[in-house]
Amino acid sequence: MQVELVSPERITFSGEADKVLVRTVGGGDIEFLAGHVPFIGVLQVSAAKVVNGDSAEVFAIHQGFVQMSGDKVTILSDVSENKDDIDVARATTAKSNAEAAVAADGEDAEAKAALRRAEIRLGVASGDLPA
Amino acid sequence: MPGAKERELRRRIGSVQSTKKITRAMELIAATRVVKAMQRANEAKPYATQVTSVIENLAAGGARVSHPLLREVENPKRVGIIAITSDRGLAGSYNAAVIKAAERQLDAARTAGSDYALILIGKKANDYFSFRNYRIDASYTGMTDTPTYEDAREVAGKVVDMFIGGELDRVELVYTEFVTMGTQRVTVRRYLPLATASEISEEGGGAGGALAEFEFEPSPSGVLESLLPRYMESRLFSAMLEASASEHANRQRAMKAATDNAEELITKLSREMNQARQAAITTEIMEIVGGAEALGSDDQKVVIQSIFENTEGAPA
Repeated sequence: MQVELVSPERITFSGEADKVLVRTVGGGDIEFLAGHVPFIGVLQVSAAKVVNGDSAEVFAIHQGFVQMSGDKVTILSDVSENKDDIDVARATTAKSNAEAAVAADGEDAEAKAALRRAEIRLGVASGDLPA
Repeated sequence: MPGAKERELRRRIGSVQSTKKITRAMELIAATRVVKAMQRANEAKPYATQVTSVIENLAAGGARVSHPLLREVENPKRVGIIAITSDRGLAGSYNAAVIKAAERQLDAARTAGSDYALILIGKKANDYFSFRNYRIDASYTGMTDTPTYEDAREVAGKVVDMFIGGELDRVELVYTEFVTMGTQRVTVRRYLPLATASEISEEGGGAGGALAEFEFEPSPSGVLESLLPRYMESRLFSAMLEASASEHANRQRAMKAATDNAEELITKLSREMNQARQAAITTEIMEIVGGAEALGSDDQKVVIQSIFENTEGAPA
């Protein structure tokens, strides 16, 4: 099964995989194996896992879309970073800033989204994913 | 001592030569930039293609939405014009052509009795329209050299907000399409309202026809709704990348022409200078010979001979 992660500026990942795990806006995790029914879904800010044999690669996805068609999974996302792309220091700063903003205003959706993004980033970087 | 004319020419040659050095450098820089810009445009293509292909599949899947971006107005009250130019000049007719096309759109809108709104990218468009006292709604600079997706999102967000807020009824996008290295074309595209999903797929660019029956999460309309804003950004981003590649290609061509012209001018001026110098030498000899003759002394021959001996060192 072919997997492609496409950002607006370039293809960030392209390769073979046995299965792909993503999370859609409905809140459900969905796993694609070869031969999955054609599917188009909107993704949450979450981590996507691409498993090929024994190796797995995890990407932080900042919203986007997943399309499964034929024998190919395409993930379209503004940002899709793997462990090496993530700037941990920056994400940590972003996280504490977002936390402060959320503490100041619990209804601030923007800050909550920023917090979520920072958490996912750090999670992917450390390999310890938040729920 | 060289004559006044010769000195003048020598000075001009020097100045043309230093201009040539600058234009040659700019040509080389533009040449590398154009390659980079083309590469970026190519790298950005898969995303645009995929987004279009998802829309195709949605259209086939029967997504029906009454999204505000699809709102069609018969007699637009206000037409928005997005013009993509560059921040810097010396790119031949690149900016002038885009500005002319944008102004034509603007005049057409006014003739049709609608108001206009200018959304300008690049300093050159801003300079032109503000000098002529047009009302400018938004102006962006510093993003045309190497546009990023963030830039595209900023502009697209502004335009989409204006459209959804009812400030604009139609938006035209004026930019330079990069066809090949040698051909760039000023293009006017309708940016908003969006064509329906089926029209978008007809416009092409997708990765082939939709064949399979898709499942959608959350729903076809739900997907389309979150996809359309992305589609707007992606379209603007492609236009900006093409415009940037065109800018560099135009600059390279303009600078090559300038360098060639400078070379030609240097050749011409050098010839003129040599002629002037020769003329000065000849006049000088004539004066001396004339002077010697006028003296009418016996050792006339010797004097003339010594003149030729002395001038032998001078180049012909």
